[in-house]
Amino acid sequence: MSASHAALMIVFALFVSVVFGTLMRDEPREQLRFGGQLFTAFVVGGIALGWILYFFPL
Amino acid sequence: MRATTADRAQSATYTYLICLAAWAVPGAGHLLLGRLQKGLTFLIALALMFVMGLWLQGRLFPIEIRQPLVALAALAEMGAGAAFFVARQAGTGAGRVVALTYEYGNAFLIVAGLMNMLVVLDAFDIAQGRK
Repeated sequence: MSASHAALMIVFALFVSVVFGTLMRDEPREQLRFGGQLFTAFVVGGIALGWILYFFPL
Repeated sequence: MRATTADRAQSATYTYLICLAAWAVPGAGHLLLGRLQKGLTFLIALALMFVMGLWLQGRLFPIEIRQPLVALAALAEMGAGAAFFVARQAGTGAGRVVALTYEYGNAFLIVAGLMNMLVVLDAFDIAQGRK
């Protein structure tokens, strides 16, 4: 299995954003906007959390 | 005209059938209610997510009462509907704990099931005329 952790996190964020965007909004344009915001928040939040944890080694 | 008891009972039966379809096949409830775009999106996204969870060597958990977290994970995965039972019968989803992607696979399978439960609730609201 060659998928990286970051790639899997991005794919996971994509699926969750698509489902929640579709679920929470009715108009396709709003779905795209809300899904995009969610996706960005997931990915940026994941990377930011990763960097924060980088400074706290186990 | 006021709804009779028989009308209300028929309406309730219809709503529960929609919910059952929505649970068994992700997006089916929305498709039956005429929400094609939403139904197709749920069908594709949730089915892909479930299949990807299996591909990542996630586990289809058994219901073990003595291990509450395992039982809860199994309940969450069962939210994905018929796919859970079909995959189990097909012998997939054994889960390889030593695989690098094992935990990712579990996350995909569990979240696919939980999100389908939300989709069922949304279909219920639409069938009830709340949305």
